Amino acid sequence: MERTFLVRNPSVMVFIALLAVFTIAVTFLSEGLGTGFVSTAMVKTLGMTLCFCLIAIAMDLVWGYCGILSLGHFAFFGLGGYMIGMWLMYARTEDIVVASLAGAELPPTDSEIVDAIATQIFGVVGSDEFPWVWAFADSLLIQLILVVAVPGLLALVFGWLAFRSRVTGVYLSILTQAMTLALALYLFQNDSGLRGNNGLSGLQNIPGMADTPQAVLSVWFLWASAVALAIGYMFAAWVVSGKFGSVIRGIRDDEARVRFLGYPVEGYKLFVFTITAVMAGIAGALYYPQAGIINPAEVAPIASIYLAVWVAIGGRGRLYGAVIGAAFVSLLSTWFTGGRVPNVDLGFYTIEWVSWWQVALGVSFVLVTLFAPKGIGGLVDLFINRKTPDRHGADLGPDTGSLREKEADA
Amino acid sequence: MSTLLEVAGVSVSFDGFKAINNLSFEIGEAELRAIIGPNGAGKTTFMDIVTGKTRPDEGQVLWGETSTSLLRLSESQIARAGVGRKFQRPTVFEDQSVEDNLLLALKKNRSPFSVLAFKKSSKDVEAIADLADEIGLGDQLARKAGELSHGQKQWLEIGMLLAQDPQLLLVDEPAAGMTLAEREHTTDILKQAAKTRAVVVVEHDMEFVRRLDCKVTVLHEGSVLAEGSLDHVTQNQDVIDVYLGR
Repeated sequence: MERTFLVRNPSVMVFIALLAVFTIAVTFLSEGLGTGFVSTAMVKTLGMTLCFCLIAIAMDLVWGYCGILSLGHFAFFGLGGYMIGMWLMYARTEDIVVASLAGAELPPTDSEIVDAIATQIFGVVGSDEFPWVWAFADSLLIQLILVVAVPGLLALVFGWLAFRSRVTGVYLSILTQAMTLALALYLFQNDSGLRGNNGLSGLQNIPGMADTPQAVLSVWFLWASAVALAIGYMFAAWVVSGKFGSVIRGIRDDEARVRFLGYPVEGYKLFVFTITAVMAGIAGALYYPQAGIINPAEVAPIASIYLAVWVAIGGRGRLYGAVIGAAFVSLLSTWFTGGRVPNVDLGFYTIEWVSWWQVALGVSFVLVTLFAPKGIGGLVDLFINRKTPDRHGADLGPDTGSLREKEADA
Repeated sequence: MSTLLEVAGVSVSFDGFKAINNLSFEIGEAELRAIIGPNGAGKTTFMDIVTGKTRPDEGQVLWGETSTSLLRLSESQIARAGVGRKFQRPTVFEDQSVEDNLLLALKKNRSPFSVLAFKKSSKDVEAIADLADEIGLGDQLARKAGELSHGQKQWLEIGMLLAQDPQLLLVDEPAAGMTLAEREHTTDILKQAAKTRAVVVVEHDMEFVRRLDCKVTVLHEGSVLAEGSLDHVTQNQDVIDVYLGR
């Protein structure tokens, strides 16, 4: 079975090989474990890019394969980050507090330590006690479970309500935007229990590893992100390659027909929506320790729209397309917004890329959608000789999310 | 012969227009039935009601030996209960191969988790090959359904219906766009299918209905106008009026 799976999905082998080569190369060039050619900041950027690739695969599953244009998956990404961030911040503050109280004449009681941690963490929002959401923040195991459970449950409840009411197409997209906006607004409040707009910070300091330099930690996180991405890719390839993939592609192209075949369409959508939310949560939990800080702006509606742009530019409906799109666009974005791209002086106006980059991205998104629906991933077709069908412009199904002529393969 | 489907006193109106008006209809367990009627007689709406796409304003739709009401079930539950439907326009999954289309339709557990764990057995491959031969697509299994001709798509959809193995087959204009030879083959398939299950065919084409050689129900303005053999109903004065104008 394993052999046939890999034979049927040649992209899995190629992808994992390339990912391994990339990760090993970066390791040998890193400051922490190698020659120092690649700076620690760059290693972190690359590690974070891998996390973006993972959530892009989730987006491709839910949109490219199942036809649900979710514009809210960064809410799940952010929630995953918050869940791991709570433990990171708690445990690290605990280390500091214990160290500073060690000099006192009387050894501190447990409740004194907890109070001191609370004052440290919540002083910034004018509070000195733990809100209920931090109930398990001292347990890494429980917070790790929550990384999966909280995004999964939110997606399950939201998806159940939306799909059973048969909300589809653009209305569902708007609903998911509303969801992520509502979450962002809630988190912005100081009494949300997650430090309002300050967010959680200092996440790059891993508790109990104060002696390990960031240069080394960054490589570890790069590896962790790469492993998660590899597993995510294999899982997604497995899901879409079998009969399940056949059913969800059917839902994408012609939902009513799938229903009349007896498949509970809502159940399938809910399954895909929830499983991709979990993938997004895991990606977020790996991303934020590398970013060092998470705040409510991370789950703003625009983030999820970017995600759709990545997948569209990379090529919807093919897993490597999503990965290419996320990596390419987010790295390019880092480069442009980093302020190191020379400005273009037109004489009467100077194009500053830091602000004009978004315009360029928007224009390229429109151009790709109009003229190259296969995206960057479509370039692969030139090598493997994959052709698109000639359908005189007809889509492959009646539904709004259905595959377009130029996205399909003949 | 016991009744498989009983539609009793069903009415439905869209914005005041009565598409179905106190319709009653029965079909037995192994029966072939043709439904004819002029445009707007309610043929398609009738199918929509039975398959759960449209909810009637009043009336009953009872199914099977236990006479369960279909009105409380969703489309997919009705399909799993054993009602298969072929649409007027051929609807197949154009981006997927003929084999995948048939595999999707093959009668299996439909829940997400069992589909995720599904592995094609050699028996499934055989069943699909047999079906493909029956519908004349035996050498086209690997082709994308979107590449097939109109008539081939019609057959693929009929094949998918047979793969579903329903107790009741609702077929909307199966012969549309088919050549004479293809029509004859389609008639054979439907007659064969009706030996073990109920088949309801909606059709405009009188020649095709004659070839089916079965009981005919004439619908007009949402209710049954006449019922009986084709010769019987075509001699009915009401039917002549409706079809030839007053």
